[in-house]
Amino acid sequence: MNIHEYQGKEVLRKYGVAVPNGKVAYSVEEAVEAAKELGSAVTVVKAQIHAGGRGKAGGVKVAKNLDEVRTYADEILGKVLVTHQTGPEGKEVKRLLIEEGCDIKKEYYIGLVLDRATSSVVLMGSEEGGTEIEEVAEKTPEKIFKEVVDPAIGLQAFQARRLAFNINIPKELVNKAAKFMIGLYTAFVEKDCSIAEINPLVVTGDGNVMALDAKLNFDSNALYRQKDILAYRDLEEEDQKEIEASKYDLSYISLDGNIGCMVNGAGLAMATMDIIKHYQGDPANFLDVGGGATAEKVTEAFKIILSDKNVKGIFVNIFGGIMKCDIIANGVVEATKQVGLNLPLVVRLEGTNVELGKKILNESGLNITSADSMADGAEKIVSLVK
Amino acid sequence: MSIFINKDTKVIVQGITGSVGLFHTQQMLEYGTKIVGGVTPGKGGTEVEGLPVFNTVSEAVKATGATASVIYVPPAFAADSIIEAVDAELDLAICITEGIPVLDMVNVKRYMQGKKTRLVGPNCPGVITPDECKIGIMPGYIHTKGHVGVVSRSGTLTYEAVHQLTQRGIGQSTAVGIGGDPVNGTDFIDVLKAFNEDKDTYAVIMIGEIGGTAEEEAAEWVKANMTKPVVGFIGGQTAPPGKRMGHAGAIISGGKGTAAEKIKTMQECGIKVAETPSVMGETLVSALEEKGLLESCKTHKANV
Repeated sequence: MNIHEYQGKEVLRKYGVAVPNGKVAYSVEEAVEAAKELGSAVTVVKAQIHAGGRGKAGGVKVAKNLDEVRTYADEILGKVLVTHQTGPEGKEVKRLLIEEGCDIKKEYYIGLVLDRATSSVVLMGSEEGGTEIEEVAEKTPEKIFKEVVDPAIGLQAFQARRLAFNINIPKELVNKAAKFMIGLYTAFVEKDCSIAEINPLVVTGDGNVMALDAKLNFDSNALYRQKDILAYRDLEEEDQKEIEASKYDLSYISLDGNIGCMVNGAGLAMATMDIIKHYQGDPANFLDVGGGATAEKVTEAFKIILSDKNVKGIFVNIFGGIMKCDIIANGVVEATKQVGLNLPLVVRLEGTNVELGKKILNESGLNITSADSMADGAEKIVSLVK
Repeated sequence: MSIFINKDTKVIVQGITGSVGLFHTQQMLEYGTKIVGGVTPGKGGTEVEGLPVFNTVSEAVKATGATASVIYVPPAFAADSIIEAVDAELDLAICITEGIPVLDMVNVKRYMQGKKTRLVGPNCPGVITPDECKIGIMPGYIHTKGHVGVVSRSGTLTYEAVHQLTQRGIGQSTAVGIGGDPVNGTDFIDVLKAFNEDKDTYAVIMIGEIGGTAEEEAAEWVKANMTKPVVGFIGGQTAPPGKRMGHAGAIISGGKGTAAEKIKTMQECGIKVAETPSVMGETLVSALEEKGLLESCKTHKANV
């Protein structure tokens, strides 16, 4: 799960990680009010959306007085920002972070990620702050330093210091930087983060080490024990169909194509998208109905697929193992009756009770094209939507 | 022969009284798996399906002589269950549970260092040695005993591959689902090593997906060590970056973990990669033909 920058900074503050003072604003008036309260010489007006690259897209402005705060807030609120992470449709700005400006001496990068190769949390740092870490990794990999954290004892002070020295933080500020990193690590493990990126981390003229930006992502499997983090969820930043799907425990991802897919199992669902593409079609979604799908779940899955106006046909690909084909077939029949399907529907069933499943579909009187294999089904649906 | 499990493997079920655990216990018994008991804290002394239930894994092991455990415990408690299985010094713990917080698994892996237990999973379909022992949730009837090893990060895609093999008259030695989580127990290399040493496995089919670099590392290992043909498939060739595709581990992040990269490395390491998921079986057959192994891998009449 993603949260906004201002929320991330709220979390970090609780762990003693230094961040600039700031307040969230939902309107121009609130923005001006927040700037007045801060009373800093310079105020930064920052668009709050769940995507990076805001600065380049005109979503971050530095205001020298309250009039400028008003002008920038008015300009940014309601604006659709298009960044490399939003896709071409962009994202509308509905919240602003009004923050005190600070005297930046130098920018660095600090990040915590889960490293699969070592099954550990890894602290990364670079003196190329402000640049995306992927870019640094590609162009100047020697400038990235890493510390692997032993989960039994956590991030050690010497590791944090070693990283700070490696990325050339001024030596009088190394201890401050180390404290910052340990606070960040504590927040990471206590709050079940999957990513914590501070880019940039800044060293200021008055000798502070601060997080100028904060990107925190959380492990969605751990949200059951992170109620305060869950409260930060901003549904307006998420795809409506994905929200609907999550209510029914369906794993759904929106894509750009026109062939709706309903599959059981994540691997098979991905492979189904692949095979549609192989036959020159375009999948409209990834949808895994899971191992324990019921007729009700299948019906909801159909409704979600059909709520995507780009969908011109549906491919159901089921390998029934524990999930029996007759249950799926009944679900498909029930769903098409309820939603009044008039798009082409191709169904490929294999596995437990397959004959019974096929019989149910054939006798339903519905216009369903059946397929003998994944390849056959993909070919059929691609030709039907052309 | 086979790897990890066979007809003599004695299995206990952790979470045997839950609805999922109970259903699959019945299925495994029906397949012929030697289930010798179960564990549910607080239900010790009762019986399920004629099997004794214990409060702790160590009691269950002591009373039954079990060497393997299968875990159907809800995600919030599953890491604790794995650690309990490791503490009881079982040879094998197979965790089916999906949705365990990843930092719990980081702690589990740290705890397991230097311990004897092999963990398979979590978030996996389990392990099956056809006609001998099924530990997990896979539909038993699609499998046929034979000489091709299967290792995969995905459940249903494994069934798809096994089904294609069975249809072509090619049986399987053992099929291992290593699971779709970013931090798991047994990895591709562990399984490939075991298949390489198993005299009854003549070839291997390896099914990966986007996310991480486990497939690349496995491919390098195959190139350096494997004496048997390996074919592969990678799911998620069309998956968009930054989106988690169902499995917690199936995500392309920072431009890393793409299918294209994995396929390229696998091919460079001599692994034939199926172009689409419907030709996994065919691809294996062609690799067997090249090596003159097709006849020895045929275990029954094909029906395609």
